[in-house]
Amino acid sequence: MLADLMASQIVRTVLVGAAMLGAISGMLGAFAVLRRQSLLGDALAHAALPGVCLGFLVAGARDLGSILAGAFLTGALAALAMMLITRTTRLKTDAALGIVLSVFFAVGVVLLTHVQATGGAASAGLASFLFGQAAAILASDLWIMGGIGLVVLGLVLALWKEFKLVSFDADFARAQGFPVTMLEAMLTIMVALAIVVGLQLVGVVLMVALLIAPAAAARQWTNRLGMMVALSALIGAGSGAAGALISATTRGLATGPVVVLVATAAVLVSLALAPGRGLVWQALSARRARARISDGRILAAMQELAEAHDDPRYPAEQGMLGAALGKAPAPGQFDALERRGLIRAVTHAPEPTPHWQLTEAGQRAARSEEDDKT
Amino acid sequence: MIAAFFDSIPAMILLTGILVGASGALLGSFLVLRGNAMLTDAISHSIVFGIIIVWLLTRQLSGPVQLIGAAATGVLTVVLTEALARSRLVKMDAAIGLVFPALFAMGVILISLYARDVHIHVDTVLLGEIGFVWLNTVTIWGQPVPVAVATLTAVLVINLGFVLGLWKELKLASFDPGLAAALGFAPAVLHYALLTLTSMTAVAAFDAVGAILFIAFVIVPPATAYLLTRRLWLMLVLSVALSIAACVAGYVLARVWDVSIAGMMASMTGLWFATALLFAPDRGLVAQALQRRAQALDHDCRALVAHLFTHQGTPEMAEENTQRALVDHLGWSRPRARAAILRAHDRAFIERQGGLLSLRDKGVAEAELIFGTKGTNRG
Repeated sequence: MLADLMASQIVRTVLVGAAMLGAISGMLGAFAVLRRQSLLGDALAHAALPGVCLGFLVAGARDLGSILAGAFLTGALAALAMMLITRTTRLKTDAALGIVLSVFFAVGVVLLTHVQATGGAASAGLASFLFGQAAAILASDLWIMGGIGLVVLGLVLALWKEFKLVSFDADFARAQGFPVTMLEAMLTIMVALAIVVGLQLVGVVLMVALLIAPAAAARQWTNRLGMMVALSALIGAGSGAAGALISATTRGLATGPVVVLVATAAVLVSLALAPGRGLVWQALSARRARARISDGRILAAMQELAEAHDDPRYPAEQGMLGAALGKAPAPGQFDALERRGLIRAVTHAPEPTPHWQLTEAGQRAARSEEDDKT
Repeated sequence: MIAAFFDSIPAMILLTGILVGASGALLGSFLVLRGNAMLTDAISHSIVFGIIIVWLLTRQLSGPVQLIGAAATGVLTVVLTEALARSRLVKMDAAIGLVFPALFAMGVILISLYARDVHIHVDTVLLGEIGFVWLNTVTIWGQPVPVAVATLTAVLVINLGFVLGLWKELKLASFDPGLAAALGFAPAVLHYALLTLTSMTAVAAFDAVGAILFIAFVIVPPATAYLLTRRLWLMLVLSVALSIAACVAGYVLARVWDVSIAGMMASMTGLWFATALLFAPDRGLVAQALQRRAQALDHDCRALVAHLFTHQGTPEMAEENTQRALVDHLGWSRPRARAAILRAHDRAFIERQGGLLSLRDKGVAEAELIFGTKGTNRG
């Protein structure tokens, strides 16, 4: 089955393209997510639509080079507009994002319908840039994508220290004399490049997921930037490849949305399972903490009863302890405490119910529990 | 007369656009003020998933079931996003960007697998078909009315009732959520009510303008109005008026150029915004630049007065208190020096005797104000 799929030239091309796209956007997404600029990618991606149409209008044909150049240009213009709005008005960042995203996209729609009305058959494929059309990728396009990928990788490696500083503490970087605005602009421009790469495959609407999802997944597994960027690129590449393969198995299953869902699945797995951070780990440690506190509370409650009765060996009835604690502890918990030598089982005739008594060690433990609280 | 109105295709298209714009702008004003604008983005994308699910279950593309069912997806998006952000595993912006593309992607896949070419086309999902809203009608009091118009009217009435009925609460919760909570106004309930209505409006507007252009109708007119006024009620009135103007202008231009009507309407909201950004009184970019220039000139004028005051009555006076000294000693450009002198002259601070500049009484008073001294002439 897999071998059958791989035998197809188109599938191989799409697979390689999707993996490369995932790696590039994963790498850059890591910085965007850390800088809390995840949604800037969404705005830039939507803003690429008018550029696609302008590129087509200028070239007069479906020429990939001019289309991508146009997309990059309007993406950069959108980033500038964002900066202008947030710096000169009282509008918040989210409003600026929404304005840029929707207005650029609206202009794109207008241009798209204009091109479709006047451009004849050649313009039919333009709408595919909305959701991407993986099958339209040519083997020669891979060279463009690979070239952009290498440029981005080279820049990230060359300016590693600078990008790291800007991502974590831009104010400190500025105080140290780094050209922060310039570095931030470079990161934004590289995101625009990644979007341009993704246009054919994923389209303008879903591109944001490929920037955010691999980075958000990678973030769960590590606290080191280098590791996170590498992992994010890897998860992106894996999602791209897996998505391309899955979509090749079913007719009508578009590559872009499938890649997005695979990347989202990677996020879900990471959120649940990541050691030290993940939800499962959190739940387990919360349960352990609760159990520990209950142990302490049982001892403290017994100590309180003993003090109230002025009898350090006061035999507390198990059910009454439950009432005092507000909730009955699991029966096994008393046995566990007994095994640790903190309490011992006693009988209190004529009552047939189980009673418990603090041992010397138990009294010490209860007292230290009290001390912890105060 | 009424029949002629409802049978007129242009009137129905325009009315649909205006209803989308008005109901969106009412809610959008509060969303923009509260910093929730991008939740609109998330909602309007993910209702696509809700719409296709409800369609698969009931085979209905509009109507009350669709309105409530798909709106539930919008609310679900908000709940999921906020839960994800609250887990502190990812930040709010990343949480938004994780949830809605996933739901949207699922919606697109379901459409392409089960609903291809039936009723929903993937492009329509994004762009809407406002030009065809008149095709799908429902008869009300014997008069066929486009379904979109009927639904949107209902939504507009609900939104208007919400905004007017809870005016005080919304205002307080938008500007001071802490105080609103302390006074027992339950800002969280208002927050979800607002986003539920936004979801419903998005579903109702979906046929006409699609998932993405809806964002323009919700965010851009209120943001434009926000640049023009500081009064909340005026902001709402202005944003509704701007939406209506955008719909009319957009419709006309779209017919002239033969392009997407909804796209052109949304583009016009962008044009209004750009105009306000540049030319808004007081806060527009042009006004800001003019203010900066006036301030710079004022500052130069004060520096000139201080300079003249320092040298007045000293042996260097003949050399220092000239336009030439401003250029040579203070390093000002010639036009800058001339502008400052003219300004000081206009305000009766200085007078000119030949090439020599000297302070008049008002100028001396100004200089004493600047130096905080009285009567002493520090030669």
